[in-house]
Amino acid sequence: MPTLSFFRIFLITLTCLFAFLFASPNFFYGTVDKKLDDPSNSSSWPNFMPSTLVKLGLDLRGGVYMLLEVKTDDVIREKFDFLWTDVRSSLIKKRKELGAIRRIDTSGDQLQIQIGNPESVNLAKIEIEKFNSSTELFSSRWSGSVTRDVLEISSAENVVLISFSEEQKIALEKQVIDQSLEIIRRRVDETGTREPTIQKQGRKRVLVQVPGLGSSEELIALLGKTAKLTFNEVVAVDTNSNFPTKLDEIVVGSEQNNGLFFLLKKRPVVSGEGLTNAQPSFDENGLPAVSFNFNPSAALKFGNYTKDNIGSPFAIVLDDVVISAPTIRSHIAGGSGIITGSFSVEESNRLAILLRSGALPAEIEVLELRTIGPELGRDSINAGKLAAIVGGVLVLIFMWLSYGLFGIFANIALIFNIILVMALLSILGATLTLPGIAGIVLTIGMAVDANVLVFERIKEEINRNSSVYNSVKTGYEKALSSIVDANVTTMIAAVILFFFGSGPIKGFSVTLGLGIITSLFSALLVTRLFIDLYMLFYKPKVLRV
Amino acid sequence: MLLRGLFNQSNEIQFFRFSNLLSYISLGAIGISIILFSVLGLNYGIDFRGGTMFMVSTPEKIMVSNIRYTLSSSNLGDISISQATNPLETLSAGALLNSDNIFIIKVEKTEGINVETRVKSLLQNSVPNIKFLQIESVGSKVSSELVRNGMLAVFFAVASVLIYIWLRFEWQFALGAVLALIHDVILTIGIFSILRYEFNLSIVAALLTIIGYSLNDTVVVFDRVRENLRNFKSLPLLKVLNMSINNTFSRTIMTSVTTLLALGALYLLGGDVIRGFTFAMIWGVLVGTYSSIFVAAKILLMLDVKRNWDEKDSKAGTQF
Repeated sequence: MPTLSFFRIFLITLTCLFAFLFASPNFFYGTVDKKLDDPSNSSSWPNFMPSTLVKLGLDLRGGVYMLLEVKTDDVIREKFDFLWTDVRSSLIKKRKELGAIRRIDTSGDQLQIQIGNPESVNLAKIEIEKFNSSTELFSSRWSGSVTRDVLEISSAENVVLISFSEEQKIALEKQVIDQSLEIIRRRVDETGTREPTIQKQGRKRVLVQVPGLGSSEELIALLGKTAKLTFNEVVAVDTNSNFPTKLDEIVVGSEQNNGLFFLLKKRPVVSGEGLTNAQPSFDENGLPAVSFNFNPSAALKFGNYTKDNIGSPFAIVLDDVVISAPTIRSHIAGGSGIITGSFSVEESNRLAILLRSGALPAEIEVLELRTIGPELGRDSINAGKLAAIVGGVLVLIFMWLSYGLFGIFANIALIFNIILVMALLSILGATLTLPGIAGIVLTIGMAVDANVLVFERIKEEINRNSSVYNSVKTGYEKALSSIVDANVTTMIAAVILFFFGSGPIKGFSVTLGLGIITSLFSALLVTRLFIDLYMLFYKPKVLRV
Repeated sequence: MLLRGLFNQSNEIQFFRFSNLLSYISLGAIGISIILFSVLGLNYGIDFRGGTMFMVSTPEKIMVSNIRYTLSSSNLGDISISQATNPLETLSAGALLNSDNIFIIKVEKTEGINVETRVKSLLQNSVPNIKFLQIESVGSKVSSELVRNGMLAVFFAVASVLIYIWLRFEWQFALGAVLALIHDVILTIGIFSILRYEFNLSIVAALLTIIGYSLNDTVVVFDRVRENLRNFKSLPLLKVLNMSINNTFSRTIMTSVTTLLALGALYLLGGDVIRGFTFAMIWGVLVGTYSSIFVAAKILLMLDVKRNWDEKDSKAGTQF
């Protein structure tokens, strides 16, 4: 006769109870969701019950899924631009020895400087070497500790080659990504959307998921801007962009007056990094504007500059476009100012958000964008639910018709199996997607496999005229090898899917994998318990499987 | 009960009677699939091709040609428009969308947001109250990565299975199982080539699940073969294989039927979004069940298995 230890019954019952407890909130989704929004409202869902819900994927609740790539190469190129202006002014002092100095390669990840006198290349290298200790390259904002050499300097004939050390490049890349991540998070949060997920993916990518958002346009308008704000000295203004441009100057178009071009000093007087605050406001004519404050060091720089340049214009440049170019009327000492332009109220609002959250250190590119409307999500949930119920009931009926009482045992285990999957999903905080529901439905079909294997073996043993107890025992023993093999192979597929899949597909692999584990538990332990109890209390002479 | 005794085990089916003919049919099907794939190609979704997809619903009946006309002036490259509504949709639980006309519009170009705003404004102007249910845009950089990842996933799945079965059984078993898998995958690609169902990320997921399922079936048969090889040492391999398939046949049918019941419900009621996925799965279950008997076991028969499964030598397969 089967032995039934108290411990075994206790463990299985306990697991079942826990599964029921943690799965239960999902069957009252609306009520629990309300309670999570407003914890004080205790009448809707009792406090002693767990209120962990299965997280619904964007394809089920609607929302925007966006994969971005941060163009870190641009940052490195920009660093070289700044380095070049510094190196140049330092080398120019030694012009007698060095001869003409020229930058010959502006693209790529190297700065190449041609020296007029090839024999003085080493002198140039020594001069440039001094920049290795300069922390200017990495302003305080970068907060990277520069302990080793930043630059790798070599030479070929009369050309000095400067590049960042590999280590430094990786560190720089990481800083750019981390900073971008933080700024993206702040910008998304400021829109007041609910529970956005912002994750780093791979080396250069950021995944943004915003549930409940019906359209991606606003999000893109907010994220797409680098919001690089600078205050530059104006050299000349013209309706024609053909300026005689010097090395440290740059031609920038205007947003306000079409056809107006500005020749600006490349290096800004103050940059947006010096901003401490920005708010939407109105100018003296009552038009929307953005007011801002500088931190002390930027305020000092800006104050000195305005003092020295009263009467001449300066340009406020946002993302390589001059948004306004006021003339300095007086010494601006307070460290605050106002940006006027042709803004609408929404635009000034958005600009303030962008300035407040800081500039993105590099441009971002949208690689993948998926918007799912809430209607489609609701539709998918309903369809998935119905399919799961109908599929489940069909399987239950079929099992009952095929195996009778044993089929009912298997059916109870199957229902328990689904509850266990729901409970595990809730506890693990895994996301349920539409393919995830498909995974659950598929597990319903496949979960009975372990039981079928066992039952068929028991049948064979009965046909061999074994005793009732021995049939069950040998049936379980002999089926185990097949069950293990069959489930390991499906598990391999689930694991590979998890690592290679993205988004919803990952959700499928999660439910499939969890389903395999729970179905083993329910088929091998729960059904077995029922069968053993049945044999113990009814002592059947013949088994009808 | 009703179905009990449906599969009488004393009544042995001769599975290998027509196995030669079936081998030729399988080989022919593989050949046709490969030809179909190279001639017609797959109807790749934007996941793999790149581009922008719009799923829209309109309050009133409009024609595909109306939408085509609206977008024709937009210079967006290749545009394909199809109507998603079909008779089965009325069975779907998605009551909200039933009364609507649902269209899928695919635009070749992406160029970030421009396409989206352009198509949106064009459609909103010509079809008032149009609803955008879903918009997906995949850049070429990501789509080529997704293609690569998909192929890698299928490759790794097959490779790890090969290793697992080799460790658990003998190399002949591993080869038989893997050839059966390749048979299933090729036939699935073939049916997708001819039926023009969209081939997207979820179909790759389906392919991997098919691999898992087909293997599941094959392994159960092989497991029994190994057991019977030990028990009936003098019986010819053909008889052992046939006996093993008969032993496991009722289980094979039971599991296929329960899985197909669940998948059938999903196919009919699960909505348009996963219909392609469930179709691939249903096809995979059918083909996988066939291949575990008529491909995997047949190859085992052709390769011939070492028969001296002494207890000493049993380390060749880890036993449970």
